[in-house]
Amino acid sequence: MTESFNLDSSKTDVLDTVAEWRQEGRDIALATVVNTWGSSPRPVGSQLAVDRNGAMVGSVSGGCIEGAVIREAIAVMDDRQVRMLEFGVSDEQAWEVGLACGGTVEVFVEPFVGDH
Amino acid sequence: MDSQVFNALQTGRQNKQPMALVSDLKTGGQLILNPQSEIIAAGGTPPQLSAEQTAAVLELLCNDRSRRLADSDIFVQVHNPPPRLIIIGAVHIAQALAPMAAIANYAVSIIDPRGAFATAERFPGVSLNDDWPDEAMIALAPDTQTAVVTLTHDPKLDDPALMVALRSPAFYITSLGSRRTHGKRVERLTAAGMEAENLARLHAPAGLDIGAMSPAEIAISIIAQMTAARHGRSTTFPGR
Repeated sequence: MTESFNLDSSKTDVLDTVAEWRQEGRDIALATVVNTWGSSPRPVGSQLAVDRNGAMVGSVSGGCIEGAVIREAIAVMDDRQVRMLEFGVSDEQAWEVGLACGGTVEVFVEPFVGDH
Repeated sequence: MDSQVFNALQTGRQNKQPMALVSDLKTGGQLILNPQSEIIAAGGTPPQLSAEQTAAVLELLCNDRSRRLADSDIFVQVHNPPPRLIIIGAVHIAQALAPMAAIANYAVSIIDPRGAFATAERFPGVSLNDDWPDEAMIALAPDTQTAVVTLTHDPKLDDPALMVALRSPAFYITSLGSRRTHGKRVERLTAAGMEAENLARLHAPAGLDIGAMSPAEIAISIIAQMTAARHGRSTTFPGR
């Protein structure tokens, strides 16, 4: 038997990277898109893992909100409390953190707890 | 996420086990549910699911959709292995169907015991299996993320594969052939003991009615119908 077609082998798997980071004893938080309204760049279930130094794998947007999510992820590692974040475009937010595409996303951020 | 939940998730993914990770967005408590509705891991204060919510989780798992449950703080993340397509018959249409399905992210296997057909030269990069179709199908064990398409037109090859596929949880099963061929096939499978409710799962004629003529067009019509079945949409096309 030969190998199956696999056109997606270069894709970096978020959870496999988390497993490697855990073996190295890193602090990690995981962000997951849990809801979207309107147009949004990444579908529900998309994930971004972050370590304490800001190293990241995966994505929760096309790059528009990752910076803000990383800041919250560090806070989650500090107090070990889950957080819900909401990002959207409003008049006040349009030039700050938000989605240029006009969508809104809800992002759940959780710490990794237990043995490393 | 705690270690028990994460390790169960990783082990399940390696074993290509479909799983739903159910999270309480307020507390971070989690559990992992399998398609048999069994909790295979839990961490923190796991969400208490009502019977209705459990049914909703299983439906999301079956439809391969991650979603926040309505009016709740419960999020369901579906972890399914990539869908598989098992093709019986390394024939001309398979040469179009296999690469198109691979582009659509299916892991493709082709079963054909006739050595002259199933060659790596005709199917570069595809998993080829030259066992007899019923044995090959039992070994491949179609699950809820598997589609089965028979293309040989030869009852000796198609029928044994269908006897296994129709009793499996495969999400899409079809057989190439005219309405008349299909009628005869239904008679044979019924005579062989296939249950009427399982026989009804066979999509026939194969593919959406888009006027497909060439092998590539027939492959497109089959992939379109398979996509509709995977996403719970109507598998018939208004057409004429």
